[in-house]
Amino acid sequence: MTTLPESTQRKMGLVIDLDTCVGCHACVVSCKGWNTENYGAPLSDQDPYGANPSGTFLNRVHSYEVQPAEGAAQLIHFPKSCLHCEDAPCVTVCPTGASYKRVEDGIVLVNESDCIGCGLCAWACPYGAREMDAAEGVMKKCTLCVDRIYNDNLPEEDRVPACVRTCPAGARHFGDLGDPDSDVSKLVEERGGMDLMPEQGTKPVNKYLPPRPKDQVMAAPEGEIDILAPLLTPVAEEPKGFIGWLDKALEKI
Amino acid sequence: MHPAPSVIVFTTLSGLGFGLLFWLGLGFPAVTGWVAFVFFAIAYALAVGGLMASTFHLGHPERAMKAFTQWRSSWLSREGVCAVAALIVMGVYAAAIVFFGVRLAALGVIGAVLCAGTVFTTSMIYAQLKTVPRWNSPLTSVLFLSLSLAGGALLAGQTLIALVLLPVAAAAQVAWWFAGDKAFVKSGTNLATATGLGNIGAVRAFEPPHTGTNYLLREFVHVVGRKHAAKLRMIALAFGYTVPFVLLLVPFSHVVALLAVASHLAGIAASRWLFFAEAEHVVGLYYGKR
Amino acid sequence: MLDQPKVDTSPKVSDEVRKTTCYMCACRCGINVHMKDGKVAYIEGNRDHPVNKGVLCAKGSAGIMQHNAPSRLRAPLKRVGPRGSGEFEEISWDEALEIAAGWLEPIRQEDPSKLAFFTGRDQSQSFTSFWAQNFGTPNYAAHGGFCSVNMAAAGIYTMGGAFWEFGQPDWDHTKLFMIFGVAEDHDSNPIKMGIGKIKARGAKVIGVNPIRSGYNAVADEWVGITPGTDGLFILALVHELLKAGKIDLNYLAQFTNAPVLVNSDPDSPEYGLLMRDKDGKLLVIDRKTGKPAPFDKKGVKPDLSATYRQAGITHRPVMHLLAERYMSDEYSPENVSGRCGISARRIKAIAAELARVAFEEEIVLNHEWTDFRGEKHKTMVGRPVSFHSMRGISAHSNGFQTCRSLHLLQILLGSVEVPGGFRFKPPYPKPVSIHPTPHCKVTPGKPLDGPHLGFVRGPEDLALKDDGSPARIDKAYTWENPMSAHGLMHMVISNAYAGDPYKIDTLFMYMANMSWNSSMNTRGVIDMLTDKDESGDYVIPRIIYSDAYSSEMVAYADLVLPDTTYLERHDCISLLDRPICEADGAADAIRWPVVEPDRDVKGFQTALILLANKMGLPGFTNEDGSAKYQDYADYIVNHERKPGIGPLAGWRMGEKGLTHGRGAPNEAQLQSYIANGGFFVKHIPDNCAYMKPWNMGYQDWAVELGLYDTPQPYIFDLYVETMRKFQLAAEGHGERQPPDHLRERVKKTLDPLPIWYPPFEDDHVDANEYPVHALTQRPMAMYHSWGTQNAWLRQIHGRNPLYVPTKIWEAEGFAEGDWASVSSAHGEITVPVAHMAALNENTVWTWNAIGKRKGAWALDNDAPEATKGFLLNHLIHELLPPKGDGLRWANSDPITGQAAWFDLRVKIKKTHAPAEAQPAMAPIKSPVGRGPDELTWKVGK
Repeated sequence: MTTLPESTQRKMGLVIDLDTCVGCHACVVSCKGWNTENYGAPLSDQDPYGANPSGTFLNRVHSYEVQPAEGAAQLIHFPKSCLHCEDAPCVTVCPTGASYKRVEDGIVLVNESDCIGCGLCAWACPYGAREMDAAEGVMKKCTLCVDRIYNDNLPEEDRVPACVRTCPAGARHFGDLGDPDSDVSKLVEERGGMDLMPEQGTKPVNKYLPPRPKDQVMAAPEGEIDILAPLLTPVAEEPKGFIGWLDKALEKI
Repeated sequence: MHPAPSVIVFTTLSGLGFGLLFWLGLGFPAVTGWVAFVFFAIAYALAVGGLMASTFHLGHPERAMKAFTQWRSSWLSREGVCAVAALIVMGVYAAAIVFFGVRLAALGVIGAVLCAGTVFTTSMIYAQLKTVPRWNSPLTSVLFLSLSLAGGALLAGQTLIALVLLPVAAAAQVAWWFAGDKAFVKSGTNLATATGLGNIGAVRAFEPPHTGTNYLLREFVHVVGRKHAAKLRMIALAFGYTVPFVLLLVPFSHVVALLAVASHLAGIAASRWLFFAEAEHVVGLYYGKR
Repeated sequence: MLDQPKVDTSPKVSDEVRKTTCYMCACRCGINVHMKDGKVAYIEGNRDHPVNKGVLCAKGSAGIMQHNAPSRLRAPLKRVGPRGSGEFEEISWDEALEIAAGWLEPIRQEDPSKLAFFTGRDQSQSFTSFWAQNFGTPNYAAHGGFCSVNMAAAGIYTMGGAFWEFGQPDWDHTKLFMIFGVAEDHDSNPIKMGIGKIKARGAKVIGVNPIRSGYNAVADEWVGITPGTDGLFILALVHELLKAGKIDLNYLAQFTNAPVLVNSDPDSPEYGLLMRDKDGKLLVIDRKTGKPAPFDKKGVKPDLSATYRQAGITHRPVMHLLAERYMSDEYSPENVSGRCGISARRIKAIAAELARVAFEEEIVLNHEWTDFRGEKHKTMVGRPVSFHSMRGISAHSNGFQTCRSLHLLQILLGSVEVPGGFRFKPPYPKPVSIHPTPHCKVTPGKPLDGPHLGFVRGPEDLALKDDGSPARIDKAYTWENPMSAHGLMHMVISNAYAGDPYKIDTLFMYMANMSWNSSMNTRGVIDMLTDKDESGDYVIPRIIYSDAYSSEMVAYADLVLPDTTYLERHDCISLLDRPICEADGAADAIRWPVVEPDRDVKGFQTALILLANKMGLPGFTNEDGSAKYQDYADYIVNHERKPGIGPLAGWRMGEKGLTHGRGAPNEAQLQSYIANGGFFVKHIPDNCAYMKPWNMGYQDWAVELGLYDTPQPYIFDLYVETMRKFQLAAEGHGERQPPDHLRERVKKTLDPLPIWYPPFEDDHVDANEYPVHALTQRPMAMYHSWGTQNAWLRQIHGRNPLYVPTKIWEAEGFAEGDWASVSSAHGEITVPVAHMAALNENTVWTWNAIGKRKGAWALDNDAPEATKGFLLNHLIHELLPPKGDGLRWANSDPITGQAAWFDLRVKIKKTHAPAEAQPAMAPIKSPVGRGPDELTWKVGK
């Protein structure tokens, strides 16, 4: 069923904090580990010890350099996986119905036994969220760990996607973005969460929190000090005067 | 986009095959018996051969039947349905002509419409993709249809029609290139919107997420040199359109006709190679490949 | 429309979860190993674990690929081809141990110092050092000397603890966190978690690093400092803070030696030494009486300003010396700005921000506590400014003093061991006075006279023979580097080859890739390992090496003892060693075989025990001659360092049953650890959690747990008297004095107050010819050379470009895909380049240890690591370029001997792309073959 549901009961997804992600790739590998062992076919690796190693990953961390008009260039680490779009073009192009968006939570999944491996869904996705597994010949993508988040065999606190559980910096948040009162929705509200490629009209569920403004201590233009002045007013210019000040200051303690 | 040979062969051959079937369905030429058999055989070889080639790039061709189920939403599914319908209808139509010498004209028209529809659905597989701005245009369908019909006419020996349609297809081709070259910028998708970081400053891809290659890079990122592309465009224009057009003006002989068809095929293959190779998928932005 | 497929959302996750400790880097997180059908299926972080609290990095999550790597050694190896060829035959353990004992036992009986035993990324140093001590060789150390000894030693000498294993920022309270160059595999998850906490609160991070990647990428402020000038920058901050009086006077007076009196008479033989009473207690002036008093006397109010004259000698408080030194214009922001590459305005702005947060955003916790003077405090006052640093500032020839400068800054702000500041982790705080001193007295057939490594208190503790020559092969604790607390592993091969200070017979190493990324001057080291003397024997006669994997070093060993993977072994991460504690609790942990090895391999520590038993080493042998320990697990449980104190603190046997800390061995101890998730933790009560060096509540708690034998309160040493003793010797005082060629250097560099001097390489090479600084960084997803054998991780970092800043990029006309020739005074490499704008304009850098030797790690010879990857090591020599004085000057810190990796200066030129990165070395034969062509890994199919 590759027509999209009119609406989903919930909009489960991720909120990724670009102000906090240190680019460690923990989420990438944790995802690889969980999804190799769990949902569907293993994520295979070709030429794993050779000249051209290339495997299937469902989550990858890019990095970008941004040069502001003034000041130092910034580096931003940028994790990217399926955004579980409301208007997911990958779903509607699928000829077999293998790709679908779940009515109950909005997760976009591939039913691997129906997938013919035509690759069109990957063509339709602007985000590069789908990768064809070279060994299995089926399309792999982020499942939002659908086999974790409701899994009765896991302790309740572990019922989150593997990438969220493992993220050391806490830069990944999971929840219902359809519920305005959820923690993730509030975070998006507070921090100005954004869509990637909004012009593609995919309405991603996953949101990105932009980096906070950087290098602000020096933001005031030269000459416009002295915000610093009161803090760094000298008590003495010379050691001798300083020791005199010391004596007086100690009296007050 | 990676110019996969299977897909180039598929779109080139099946386009031509369905083009030929289109004209046969309309009774151009109104042949019967063995001659009809040969025409239909060529048409089916091209159309079916092309379709078969397209399955080579599938991960699971044995599940191909499932692709008929999603015609409500999927252009690829519609293409499958349409192609099968066209082949069945035209099969009945051809059998009647070849074996019974009976032309079921109404069935032929239906078949022709289905053949054109197949080419249209094929074109829509590409034209629907917002992710590939060069393809994401009604001109893509115009190009596929005009090419298919012109090539079909050429193959069907319909000199006059071909002489009209070849220039039309050539015009569509040039217009498509012209529009396509500006499409990516016009689409409004760029690294700034891809990352949402544009309001801080100029964004540049730094370290990729992996130092080796992956499916995305293999499938979507293909860099063609400008000079190389320009050369191929000239080749496509010359062989695909100009040479056949000129040969059609030469008094008919089978050798000349064969040359015209061969030239056309070579030109269109070049055009199709460019169709993929020059098409940039927006995902390349994330890798700084644009 | 078809129905939505039914997905099993509750599949079985695993048959069983086995909890152990990660070893994918040095961080030592707790892991849950999910087992299916007796095999490792999935690894995740352990939520209960004090280090990582459930999270796990990329390396840890890729553990399954390490555990199953095709590069695993399979059996003991005996070299059959020439050294370096990689030609071996597999032999039995019996034969291997026979060979090893056959080499070692004669040495032990004749001259144990002929054995040099150095362990690399060893996490069992209290055990390996115990083995070496009982063997009797003075030549033992781990890899600290080429890692971060400057940081560790400076911290311990200054404040009785340092960063990482010794302490951490108070992540829950700090409001401003300043991080200087950090190796991102040290304390990696806790730092990431901490930064996450800070960010969630909206508190600020300042990153000081020439490279804006990793932690610096998320820093709110980035200070792209010139390498090697951190100390100068820090002292400029000190200058500003002192001038503005923005220092914590109360803290300095009570908890540091700022008020302690210093002999200030240049003519006195005790010039610069601290004043003590007849009991040896440091003296301060009591503001209440104006008279000298022991610093720790009840009710004393130490004065920071008054001087004291006795017997014609003026004594001034340390504070006076501090003010004189740092208020000097030498350290003014204007004067240091050019050298540091930071504007004076920015330095001032940062000083102001530090002052603002420390003094205007003070934190008060309502915990009552009593200090060591017996004074009761109702609250704990915190200055919520915290710092962290590691190798970036440490791996320079001025690193020790730079690290000291940073601690000085922390202490002046009153932000050590206070809420919101920097906090120690047990067993720290621990004053220098209760650390051992180094030992080096060799007696054939007998153990060494004490532990090898320690903290010298003065020239009397140097490891010198009677003739003044170095007692140790690495020349640790000599006048070249008197305070080399971790030894100098990077000098061992070079010195052994040169026979300087003496020749050795057997080099025995563990987990140290010395023929590749762990050595300076890789090519030269390879030649030293393979060179033969006139008689055709190897100059270094015998090499035994232990590793779990087919590393580059394996090829250079005569005998290889194959180690297990980390999931197949016993280990203890002990309070006697480098424990896993957090600031809120004392903790230790184990590893245990969650799977048994499927190869003929043994944990290295077990192999050492078998070897000890074969030789009947004291310490490993009962009086009746029988072996004390059968294997490492047996040792972990039953060894007692002192009565009641063993490798593991948890679940010991007390008089009334199980107890923690002190107690007799408990045969079921490892089972208790396993049942508890592989670790033990004891939390520190709230009122003992801060002010620990002075907090009697904490002191008593630590004694009870066995961390100390008696309470050990102390004050911080802003002024390090030990260093002054070395200076005095250099000035001509005392029995032991430095050789003449080192006098000036000792006088200059062993200043008891932090100083800054330019990195030595600046003096030895022409800075105009080599204008560019070159650095390496650890990728967060790779640990040293290990990551490359990991099929998942090597896809992330399979090659390493040299990152070049915009200025150089444009000047050289580089474009994407270009290559450059990079040369130093020592060597040249040809490598691919890439552009980076967020980089100090005079610095280039690359990822560390991505480049690999062909044939190693079970990779194909055309692996990108071997064709495009490269090492900067080829440009760095273990010795500085000759000065013409005929002496070998180590490329090390003159105080600790820390390898000065980051002093490197280079020049860079665009060049045509070679077929592969240069220098390219011939392949070595893989003793384990090659990996498979495809992985479709799934255990529970």
